[in-house]
Amino acid sequence: MDQILSNLSMLVDFPIVNLKILIDGIMIGAIFVLVAYGLALVWGVMNVKNLAQGDFVISGGYVSWWLVQQGFPALLGVPVAFVVMWGVGWVAYKLVISRVIERDMFTSLLATFGLAIMMAQILNLMFGSDTQSVDLGYDTLFFADGLIDVPIAKLIGVLMATVLAASVIWFMKTSRMGQAIRATAQDARAARVMGIDTEKVYAFTFSLNSAICGAAGAIIVMVWLIQPFYGIAYAIRAFVIVTAAGLGNLPGVIAAGLGIGALEQFGAHIFGIGYQQAIAVVLLLIVLIIRLIQQKRNRQVLK
Amino acid sequence: MKKLSILTVLLTGSAMLFSQASLATSDCGEIIIGSAISLTGKYAANGVHAKNGYEYAISVIKEKGGITVGGKCYNFKVIYYDDESKGDRAATLAERLISQDKVQYLLGPYSSGMTKAIAPITEKYKIPMVEAEGASRSLFNKGYKYIFAVLSTSEQYLASAVALAAEKAVENGRLASSVTIAIAVENDPFSLDIRAGVSDDAASFGMKIIIDEKLPRDLSDMSAILTKVKLLKPDLLIISGHTKGALTAVRQIGEKNIKVPMIAITHCEAADVVGNFGDTANGILCATQWSETLAYEDELFGTAAEYEMGFKSAFPEYKNKKVPYQTAQATAAVYVFKDAFERANSFDKEKIRDALSATDMKTFYGDIKFSEAGNNIAKPMVLRQIQNGVYNVVAPSEFASHKVIWPRL
Amino acid sequence: MAKKKLILYALILVFTFIAPFAFPAYGTQLATLWLMIIVAITWDMTGGQMGYNSLGNIFFYGTGMYVAALISIGQVYDVGEYTSAAGGGIYEFTDAQYFSGLFLGVISAGIFCSITAVLIGYITFGLRGPYFAIGTLAVAIAAGELVSNWEWVGGGQGIALPVYPGDLDVGKTFFYFLFASVGVSVFIFVKWLYGTRFGAAINAIRDDEEKAEAMGIHTLRYKLITWAMAAFFVGMAGGISGFQLIHFEPLETAYQTINLGIFMVVCVLLGGKGTLWGPVVGAILFHLFKEVTWTYFLGWQWVALGALIVVTVVYFQDGVMGWVMRKRPEWFGIRVEESK
Repeated sequence: MDQILSNLSMLVDFPIVNLKILIDGIMIGAIFVLVAYGLALVWGVMNVKNLAQGDFVISGGYVSWWLVQQGFPALLGVPVAFVVMWGVGWVAYKLVISRVIERDMFTSLLATFGLAIMMAQILNLMFGSDTQSVDLGYDTLFFADGLIDVPIAKLIGVLMATVLAASVIWFMKTSRMGQAIRATAQDARAARVMGIDTEKVYAFTFSLNSAICGAAGAIIVMVWLIQPFYGIAYAIRAFVIVTAAGLGNLPGVIAAGLGIGALEQFGAHIFGIGYQQAIAVVLLLIVLIIRLIQQKRNRQVLK
Repeated sequence: MKKLSILTVLLTGSAMLFSQASLATSDCGEIIIGSAISLTGKYAANGVHAKNGYEYAISVIKEKGGITVGGKCYNFKVIYYDDESKGDRAATLAERLISQDKVQYLLGPYSSGMTKAIAPITEKYKIPMVEAEGASRSLFNKGYKYIFAVLSTSEQYLASAVALAAEKAVENGRLASSVTIAIAVENDPFSLDIRAGVSDDAASFGMKIIIDEKLPRDLSDMSAILTKVKLLKPDLLIISGHTKGALTAVRQIGEKNIKVPMIAITHCEAADVVGNFGDTANGILCATQWSETLAYEDELFGTAAEYEMGFKSAFPEYKNKKVPYQTAQATAAVYVFKDAFERANSFDKEKIRDALSATDMKTFYGDIKFSEAGNNIAKPMVLRQIQNGVYNVVAPSEFASHKVIWPRL
Repeated sequence: MAKKKLILYALILVFTFIAPFAFPAYGTQLATLWLMIIVAITWDMTGGQMGYNSLGNIFFYGTGMYVAALISIGQVYDVGEYTSAAGGGIYEFTDAQYFSGLFLGVISAGIFCSITAVLIGYITFGLRGPYFAIGTLAVAIAAGELVSNWEWVGGGQGIALPVYPGDLDVGKTFFYFLFASVGVSVFIFVKWLYGTRFGAAINAIRDDEEKAEAMGIHTLRYKLITWAMAAFFVGMAGGISGFQLIHFEPLETAYQTINLGIFMVVCVLLGGKGTLWGPVVGAILFHLFKEVTWTYFLGWQWVALGALIVVTVVYFQDGVMGWVMRKRPEWFGIRVEESK
């Protein structure tokens, strides 16, 4: 209790700390947004709840890390991971995902869980279980007497995440395929009637999700670190964000992602960093309960 | 009808399990030892370090003529299982090694948590276990009689860092009790005992702990703690969290330009912080069980430095980094077993236990002599500082090859 | 038919009794098998019979473990001291203290878990479909994280319980029979339950909740009672597990969400959802598969397990019992007219 009070008083005594925590939270949140957006895509378009989301992220991180070990520049890792994970996603779609689309929701949750533990162990066998990271060797920018620090590597990561998110949005809005995806998400049967090859749309969507995750992983390996078994933390946060934001609501995903990143940081500051994961899931529960109360209020037939 | 087929499935399955205990034969006999070790999960990196240490010891012993018991030569063979870094799994596997594979001797798992899970089992079955990776004091005050640890216990890891901080404060005309400490440890038995040890030391100097945080297991970010460090400016920052903790700490300390005059962490070598982050790691104090620069020696592995070279040629993947002490102590554990077998001149597990308990040997890893409780009381911990990318021993003073650089930057 | 069935049940019961003596070295694995059967049957009560796929049943396992341990320690020593990080010291338990602690602890674990099931269910049963699964999963994860930060119960380092006093092999058999008796009771209980009006009501909820409600079934009450019953057995199983394992910790052992928490679901799917025997068959197959791969495919065991889950879920969703039911409907007393 004393600890919590002293942490709170720190926020009051040094107002600049609030800004600093907010910046930290947003930088973390930007990465979460990428992963969550991919999940929102596959959930919305093909009703697949992908628990392997985090493992796609970690795989992308390993692609980038491996490139650096071969002597390539680290920033190249992001596009390469995007491409490689596109392929991985396509294979996963053809082998597993394509067969769970029309099934009930629980099937996809479990099938992708199976996929997740397979991927984690294959990564472990391929790259070993060491914790890995890539050091870009860039400096840090300091503001406000050095109290606010923005590592350039993180800045680049956030920038890349923004560019990636923006180009995906642009793609969804303008391209033929993007339109087809959105049409399928609204009503798959109608889309089929209109001559859209939904099978192709599904394959494309899932590969795109995997590629986005891969790129996110390549960013993560530059700013934090990866290990074959760390995927689940990202999957959980993606679920929190998408549940909070709702499907097919991109501004919502962005807001929820950044918000959860920031709330987690504030919570970690106040209650202690040990509660960070607990804060994320408690937020999820709160969101679910709020949703429930809203639904109760205008209760009709639920489906 | 269908239940009968279930029965048959069960029975054939069990029969398959039975048939696995077949022994390979060579000109030397074999002594089978069991070990459940983390090959997957959060401790996997260090679990593999330990397993490599075991395997290296076994191959060296084999090369140098094996173990002589009753005038005949024997070699060690280890049955490994993967405990997935989970205590319940480790306990189940220890039980399986003992009751199904009929193993009579065990080598320890990685981490205090796993060792804690296994120790009651070995105690129950009276199976001697030499362990090299469980340092928490909670292992040695339960009255266990069959567990022997070659390493020093957790509270000693950073005791000399606290003492150094006190010494530096006095040199600079301050009271030792004016030193403030920030602690960030992982939420697991090993790191929590590190924290308990530091708290005790701090209390004995009258120092104040101003930040006391636990690192979450699965997210690699500690900026929330480091912000507090920046605000409250402690004199000593202590971080313990196995490999992940060390990597995260060093990366973010560099990024955030944390100017604490003294930073002490554990698992520097296992995390290869110098190889990963270069200059950023300079000035950091690393608690270590063993250093290849120390003047320890034995006839099997040679000097500490020769051990490191020998190990690197056997496991080339360690070529560009330090051989972590987790590996060296695993090797030492196997060596202790060899010594006990030869002195006991028997395979009887009670005699082996008594021989282990009477161990008093000098090894490349340091002196080994067990207390009544089974922890090694003959070997000190050393503290190394990373100075220009090199690990130099700075404390305790009888082993120090270099002076500590203070403040760190 | 009825006679054959009776003989079959008798055979199984006999096997249950002689198994630990026939395979003494496998006592612990057989006990774990019963644990899997218990959690699979209880999962199927809500998942298979009522249509509410919970991913949070592991919450009751972990909570049961902690409740049982704390009650048995608390009746003799101060819990905070017992669990301190530096290790406390030597704590002796007399035989009487051990057994009274165990039985009292396990029973209280069951009761406590039932109560929490009602409290949590009051909120989570408002959620439908995937949100119920995610919501219950979140409860389990949150509980594990919070307990791991609670220093009074040992925090991240967990709790070490006293060792079974007396002979080891007797102890192993003792735990086997504890699990087996809970397992047999839960089986008999659900066999009876599914034949009653209550069973019909929860099946109606699964098939169409709105219609069930329209017919006057108080759905929330039924859902809460079903989950509370499941929680009672899971909590007891958790309590026994704690004593059998001796040492446990919150995140990886007690609230092991992504292990046992999901394995129990896979067991049910493998055996056949919504059938009486499905969870039992699934648990046996799953446990066997796991033990064999962990022994012979070290390094690849997780890959094999992941593949098993994917194949089960994607290609074999009716499970073994569903498959048998299609091939041999007459075994289940279902008459099919020959269509040819």
